[in-house]
Amino acid sequence: MPHPFKVHRTAEGDVSVLHLEGFLDAHTAPAFEQAIQAELDASRSRIVVDGEKLTYISSAGLGVFMGFIEQIREQGGDLKICGLTPKVRQIFEILGFQAIYDMVDSVPDAVQRFVTSPTREA
Amino acid sequence: MTSLERTLTLTVPSATEHLALIREFVANVGSQAGLGDDDVAKLELAVDEACANVIEHAHGHDANKEVTVRATFDTATLRIEVVDEGEGFDPTAVPSTPVEQMVHDRRTGGLGLRVMKSLMDEVSYEILPGDRNRLRLLKRIQK
Repeated sequence: MPHPFKVHRTAEGDVSVLHLEGFLDAHTAPAFEQAIQAELDASRSRIVVDGEKLTYISSAGLGVFMGFIEQIREQGGDLKICGLTPKVRQIFEILGFQAIYDMVDSVPDAVQRFVTSPTREA
Repeated sequence: MTSLERTLTLTVPSATEHLALIREFVANVGSQAGLGDDDVAKLELAVDEACANVIEHAHGHDANKEVTVRATFDTATLRIEVVDEGEGFDPTAVPSTPVEQMVHDRRTGGLGLRVMKSLMDEVSYEILPGDRNRLRLLKRIQK
């Protein structure tokens, strides 16, 4: 099965945008984990995760979001989520992630949120 | 009323690379059983969570072990059994911690059972010492 999961990085000013594609499960979650760790290693803590092309997520993928958010906010940044399909968004909502993360429609909306709400208490 | 019952079984090595195959199998069974698209998606995720738990926790990523997914359905219900060869860890006995607390504690695991319980009509676990452990998931088929 070629390319079950890919992370493509772009930047909007000092905001890193990680575009996810494919399925995020226990097998592919480490690739996502490495992508976020690379941002933190480079002292980039303003991160947008674009899930427009994310077709599936399990709790292993959600665990990556959970594992980094405190560290990201301690560094003065935040992780904002955008573009989720209804199917994927439903999983985030089952676990109450909307109370912890900024979840918006698009990458421009997410980048703008760093102006109006740079960080957020977990 | 009696109805014809069908059983389909998939056995794979205990490795996360096979989760996609397991989801494909379960999606096909769910469609055959007459579940709608939304319920098929829920079934896929619940079984993925069950199998990922087995691969990681019960088998400790030992790919020499096997995970078996057995699906049995009639016109009213679809029952899934996930059978492992592990020591017998009952995930349903784990207390439920608020997600906010888990974030604070930087815990990344423990969400799988919550997802399963949210998506399925029944979740239960059976430990057979020295034999097999079975996680049972049940989904009622909406007419």
